[in-house]
Amino acid sequence: MMRHRSLFLTILSATIVFGSWEIAGRIPVSFAFPTFLESMTAFWVLVVEGTLFTAYAETLKPLVVGIAISAFLGIGLGLWIGLSEKIDWLISPIFVVMQTAPLAALIPLLVMAYGIGLTSKVFVVCIMAMPVIVLNTSGAVRNTPASLKEMGHAFLGSRRDIILKVILPASSPVIFAGLRLGISAGFIGAILSELKITPTGVGDIITFSRSIADYPTMYAAIMSIILLAVLFLNVLERIEIFLFGGNNKGYVSE
Amino acid sequence: MTSENTTIDNAVTVRNVHKNYGDVQALENMSLDFPRGQLTSLLGPSGCGKTTLLKIIAGLLPATSGEIMVNGTPVSGPGPDRAFVFQDFALLPWADVMRNVAFGLELRGVAKSEREAVAEKYIANVGLAGFERSFPHELSGGMRQRVGLARALSVDSQVLLMDEPFSAVDEQTRRKFQEDLLALVKNENKTFIFVTHSIEEAVYVSDQIAILLPRPSRVSEIIKPSGFRHKSADGIRRDPEYLDIVDNIWASLRSYVE
Repeated sequence: MMRHRSLFLTILSATIVFGSWEIAGRIPVSFAFPTFLESMTAFWVLVVEGTLFTAYAETLKPLVVGIAISAFLGIGLGLWIGLSEKIDWLISPIFVVMQTAPLAALIPLLVMAYGIGLTSKVFVVCIMAMPVIVLNTSGAVRNTPASLKEMGHAFLGSRRDIILKVILPASSPVIFAGLRLGISAGFIGAILSELKITPTGVGDIITFSRSIADYPTMYAAIMSIILLAVLFLNVLERIEIFLFGGNNKGYVSE
Repeated sequence: MTSENTTIDNAVTVRNVHKNYGDVQALENMSLDFPRGQLTSLLGPSGCGKTTLLKIIAGLLPATSGEIMVNGTPVSGPGPDRAFVFQDFALLPWADVMRNVAFGLELRGVAKSEREAVAEKYIANVGLAGFERSFPHELSGGMRQRVGLARALSVDSQVLLMDEPFSAVDEQTRRKFQEDLLALVKNENKTFIFVTHSIEEAVYVSDQIAILLPRPSRVSEIIKPSGFRHKSADGIRRDPEYLDIVDNIWASLRSYVE
């Protein structure tokens, strides 16, 4: 029953969004704004010709590497920061700066330092994705209920036990929220790097189709990124439910 | 060992314990004995350091100076001889009742089948049989504290430290808990140290009551109710000695309550 209803709502909301897109494209609101159906046709052409897959083979490289680094390093650093006030004082400001810095303006510096290859693009993905993962993780770790940590200590848990069996599971909802935000930002970073550094992969499709005023193809490429991001986030949610099933029910301490 | 014969029937002894937080003196020269197999309450107004003392005995807080002995061994941290029952239960929300109760044994590295067999026994003992696979959020406040109690019992420590264990449960559940606690003290051969701010509760369940007063924190009086311990659960609450002790304690604490 609930499943049917949520499926119905999903379809309804998709119909409203894509319907308004179609109408807006037909008015048209702008010469550069194609209709939904035109974009879908262009999408289909990209798929059939295989352009999309060769493009993603290129785009996924900095994206996957950057997100993997951000997730592992980000959670690790966040844990370290959350556990130690000194490390917090030392490292946290870097990530606050990273989060607020105007990235587009920093890209030329990265290119000068690391060239126009994969390294710079991975950096852009990491700068976008890592701060929110680090800051969420450290905040969650620091806010682990004191009595849970005390309990672990009182029942003779080692420091490792308390981190692995108490602090990390207790922080997992906020850590996963950070991962969701970080991964979304990483997607933006991957495309940004392809637009700003060298046009490769999906960034190339966007730049090229814009330059020849093939707007349906450009929008199709943008749509494909959104689609991939949503799929990625859904997989992440499955992982969270698999790992920490009973955790989304909140704390019990009256 | 100079105090061989004085420690022999005391499970826990506290000698000249001081505790400072910066400039603030939380405990000043505290000395107290906790007889083996009995329940001792730490009773006093808020700020009298009763929870601080309990956590020092547990090894969760270091004392600034002084000595704590449990079974003749000085305390330097948490140990297998003591188990703790928390005021806010401190249950893992992502773990079911079985894992929560077995968690103390899990941290000690006991094998899964073995620790679950022990946990199952104590889950039944505290009256939660059938709830092994429930999660804490599915239980009432009273049932949650039964989980906390089962966890403390399943590690089989000689000393059970309870920090206002019934303060977060409703009045009726609380009465039932107090009656169950009397049976527990009688049946389990353990030493109980019980922090409470309820005078009635302290007098009802205790073999010995230590009245703590604040500013500076100290033990002002030790009361050992003796006349009604053999009575039934209902009989105690109407016993004249019980009522007198409750009145006397209130008279001495009244001026310290803001």
